Amino acid sequence: MSKRFALGIFEDEDVLLHAIENVREAGVKIYEVFSPFPVHGIDDALGIERSRLPIAAFFLGMTGLAFALWLQIYTLGFDWPMIIGGKPHIALPAFIPVAFELTVFFTCHGMVITFYTISNLYPRWKTPVLDVRSTDDKFVMAIEMNEKTDLNRLTQLLRANGASEVNEKEMTKF
Amino acid sequence: MQHVSPVREPLVTGGKTYHDVTQDICRQVEAKPNIRWMAALSVALFFLGVFFYSVYRTLWYGIGEWGLNKTVGWAWDITNFVWWVGIGHAGTLISAVLLLFRQKWRSSINRAAEAMTIFAVICAAMFPVLHMGRPWLAYWVFPLQNTFGSLWVNFNSPLLWDVFAISTYFTVSLVFWYTGLVPDFATIRDRAKGPIAKVAYSLLSFGWKGSAKHWSRYETVSLILAGVSTPLVLSVHTIVSMDFATSVVPGWHTTIFPPYFVAGAIFSGFAMVLTLMLITRVVFKLEDYITLEHIALMNKIMMVTGSIVGVAYITEFFIAWYSQVEFEQYAFINRATGPYWWAYASMMTCNVITPQLVWFRRVRYSIPLTFILSIIVNIGMWFERFVIIVTSLHRDYLPSSWVMFSPSIIDIGIYVGTLGLFFTLFLLFAKFFPVVNMAEVKTILKYTVDNGPTYTGVHGHHEQAHQPATHGVPASAPVNYNKHE
Repeated sequence: MSKRFALGIFEDEDVLLHAIENVREAGVKIYEVFSPFPVHGIDDALGIERSRLPIAAFFLGMTGLAFALWLQIYTLGFDWPMIIGGKPHIALPAFIPVAFELTVFFTCHGMVITFYTISNLYPRWKTPVLDVRSTDDKFVMAIEMNEKTDLNRLTQLLRANGASEVNEKEMTKF
Repeated sequence: MQHVSPVREPLVTGGKTYHDVTQDICRQVEAKPNIRWMAALSVALFFLGVFFYSVYRTLWYGIGEWGLNKTVGWAWDITNFVWWVGIGHAGTLISAVLLLFRQKWRSSINRAAEAMTIFAVICAAMFPVLHMGRPWLAYWVFPLQNTFGSLWVNFNSPLLWDVFAISTYFTVSLVFWYTGLVPDFATIRDRAKGPIAKVAYSLLSFGWKGSAKHWSRYETVSLILAGVSTPLVLSVHTIVSMDFATSVVPGWHTTIFPPYFVAGAIFSGFAMVLTLMLITRVVFKLEDYITLEHIALMNKIMMVTGSIVGVAYITEFFIAWYSQVEFEQYAFINRATGPYWWAYASMMTCNVITPQLVWFRRVRYSIPLTFILSIIVNIGMWFERFVIIVTSLHRDYLPSSWVMFSPSIIDIGIYVGTLGLFFTLFLLFAKFFPVVNMAEVKTILKYTVDNGPTYTGVHGHHEQAHQPATHGVPASAPVNYNKHE
């Protein structure tokens, strides 16, 4: 299934931000914007919702904490109790360091795995990109086109909003 | 558009554009390795050989190859372990703590500092494993199901806390560093010419395209990782210090150890960051990214932490006197005036007196002086660990078992060998990975350059650029679709 895109190339992030607002006001749906670095304010301009990753991170951390406490209390308290250093079997103060470390461990790795999964990022042999300059110094606004799209009007709109170039690109797998 | 601060120096000099940043950082990744790099790598590989030989001797003949004896059961092994972990901490501090404090100057140095963290922790982890005596049973430190009557690990032991702390710290630092690398790999991937480089960097870049949604998540992830790494980095050295502080050995039995070790770790870590950065910026011509301002700022942090360490040394003495415990008092008097007085004196000179030179502006901004200073601090911090471990052990409660420790050639070989391992890894990193975080530097570029990026495009909004070739179609034209290639 190939998709056709009109690519507006921008040179400056501030121009891009205004362009996004104007293009959206003109009723054109922006497929995605590619930039070489995170542009501040682009989330609001594009209407990207705030990521819910922090919530996931919190629950993953709680999972880690629960696991750490269970592990220590079960192994040293119930499964094979031993007197060590005259401490009670379940010596909670001594369990704090491991509980903390495992909390961090689960938070971090759980969240990073979640991030790569939901973003569909994984090692691949070839990475198709719409414009190779989008990882260098250009900001690329991709607008998906169908047979109804008037490229000329789109070009005008993008040009009027400061795009330095407008290109067309067809992608089979994207 | 251009923000010029009257107070702050620019963080990136030379009036760079975004494209210049990409060019400058990718240069050494794409170029053939130069002769200086090859020479440095050869030296590092030689010492790596020394490391492998020493490890072979240790594994084959046992711990008897080291200079340990019945009284001094820990010496160079744990000294080096603590020293390396400490060096690792600066990377996390630069990347995580300074991110939370919104310090923009971290952008140029965080990548290399985090790489340094990873490699330092790898070097550190060698020592606890090797000093076990039977390293092939190293998996016993993990709470695994077993047939020894289900004998679990001892969660009350600081040594086990260490296992959890170091493994968590290493893996978290690794994913933090790698996640930061992904966008830069994408940049290199899109510039790559050769087929091997194309595939390699495509695999490494995880198919990153830099879409706005991904960037938004990426920033969230970075922030949370920084948030959990900050207490983590403090906890790691706290737990390392508890290996000593939870015992009853005079000289170790001290409540000041956790903060004191953490300060020392940051201190030695920044010294190592400075050492590496001063070389890196010259070799890879990155003077515009790692400016004198960065060096001065790192120097200031080194001075502050060095002063904290100095206060801790004095506090230890005061508390020893104040406690009125004669064993404790003897341990400290012996440290300063006993047979290891020279180690104590080196530690005091290197860690407390020399960093005070940073008060002078001329020293802060001088590259050769800073370099010498950073080496001195590294030596001083090594002596600090040595003094804490060996002088506290070598004279215990029984005068009949008082001995001196002297390292064997294998002890020295392993230590020098880990330096070789560290520099081998760092040189390989510097060649194949981007040394400076391109994406982050581009983020701060517009607000910190001395004369902003010059754009070939438009400068305002709603400003008509040069007329496109296909212009002239009325705006209300019926939908037509004409390719004009």
